Amino acid sequence: MEDAVISIDIKKEIFSANGKIVLEIATCIQLGELVALFGPSGAGKTTLLRMIAGLVHPDSGKITFGNEVWYDSEQKIALTPQQRHIGFMFQDYALFPNMTVKENIRFAQPKKDERKIYSLLEAFGLNELEHRKPAKLSGGQKQRVALARAIAREPKLLLLDEPLSALDSELRSGLQDEIQKAHRQSKTTTLMVSHDLAEVFRLANHVVCIENGKITASGSPMELFSNSDISGKVQITGQVVNIESQGTFYMLTIVTGINQVIKVIAFENDIINLKTGDRVMVFTKAFNPVVMKM
Amino acid sequence: MSEDFLQTMWVTFKLASSTTLILIVIGIPIARFLAYSKFRFKAIVEALVSMPLVLPPSVIGYYMLLVYSPRFWFGKWLRETFDIRLAFTFEGVLIASVLFSLPFMVQPIQNGLRSLPSSLHEAAYTLGKSKWNTFIRVLLPNIKPSIVTALALTFAHCIGEFGIVLMVGGNMPGETRVAAIAIYDEVQAIHFDAANQYAFVLFAVSFVMLTLMYSINKRNESWKML
Repeated sequence: MEDAVISIDIKKEIFSANGKIVLEIATCIQLGELVALFGPSGAGKTTLLRMIAGLVHPDSGKITFGNEVWYDSEQKIALTPQQRHIGFMFQDYALFPNMTVKENIRFAQPKKDERKIYSLLEAFGLNELEHRKPAKLSGGQKQRVALARAIAREPKLLLLDEPLSALDSELRSGLQDEIQKAHRQSKTTTLMVSHDLAEVFRLANHVVCIENGKITASGSPMELFSNSDISGKVQITGQVVNIESQGTFYMLTIVTGINQVIKVIAFENDIINLKTGDRVMVFTKAFNPVVMKM
Repeated sequence: MSEDFLQTMWVTFKLASSTTLILIVIGIPIARFLAYSKFRFKAIVEALVSMPLVLPPSVIGYYMLLVYSPRFWFGKWLRETFDIRLAFTFEGVLIASVLFSLPFMVQPIQNGLRSLPSSLHEAAYTLGKSKWNTFIRVLLPNIKPSIVTALALTFAHCIGEFGIVLMVGGNMPGETRVAAIAIYDEVQAIHFDAANQYAFVLFAVSFVMLTLMYSINKRNESWKML
């Protein structure tokens, strides 16, 4: 606990798409980690991120960063977002429409430094676009600018709300590299909301699963999403998108974490508990791939 | 052009530009308050600001006269402490005109601010920018069309001010006689040529102002919100 950078222990009633839920989160995040908040939409991930940023306040609880108290309902402490020195990347990017790409980044800098602006533009492949206004950018370009801007702030903590959701898979993996590179270079503690399993595997060294406002599991992606009891050589995790009866057996269509579609044969007793949307693991055993609900 | 005509036009434009200038200064903070505040009685403030849209000018004019009157404590206090008389003076008309044109300045700006996604000011806050800095550098520049609309509507509306000026200011040449009143006056005196002159100028100015407003806003559409 001593080297925990961020300790969060909060409670808040929120109204999500699934009705009223109580967000009750207690966790610690270590220095320099890249943590993924993983879970279905409406679970309270974004609200948690916004509470850490100081954009909304919990009903009660405490948030500390190192020995700084950011929020404490008992002591009535609530630092403003400005005082927390964070970088926040919004789901809708929130680029300033009146400023060019370069001006957006410059606006974020705590100390103006043209050289740093250009190295960021370079790193995110934005050189050609520096004089464009956000309205003239594609979704992927906007996300790159938003990320560059959050980093330009030189934050103590980087908060990313579904940073790569609007991208196709190619751009997505390119930008995943950027996030990883930026994280390695700066060692900035990063918290990322995601519901993409592949993304979590690729980027995060720690995952916090949130469902219905509660933490259901936390650990490394390997610990959480692959079952070490299974002696299979190949393990693939994915989501069932279709179950089709073929007479004596069933054909499962599964979308894997790397967005590949695979088909797996399963028998009646394999699919008893399965429905479309379930997260499953496919692993090889002897000759056949076997499907197991996670 | 007669001297009377020039004098009346001068008073008209002086009134319209002074009103617009004063309203930029007080209208923007009011619009900001109405757009963002969670004040419990905000609806009352909102209703008060919008009253001139629904009330006849004579009602507001009547109350203004009452307030200005030396028989009322405020008018009496002004008279006794500062030797200021507001009824039937340019200053008195100016104050009435500012109050009466308030919704024309406040409403477009308030609506503009409300239409901006909240992530915009949140993003600026997370970047460490103060509320003031965010308002000046992020929010206001992104509602330029609303500001243009507010300025044009306020100015054009003031140019054609009639009822409230007549109630509070009367019809004193060089002091409170504005174009819209002059037209009425000239028609009453069967001076159709003079009335025609005033009417044409008012028509032309308003038309130019509105055309300008629409064309500027059309150009601004290219960088409108996403």
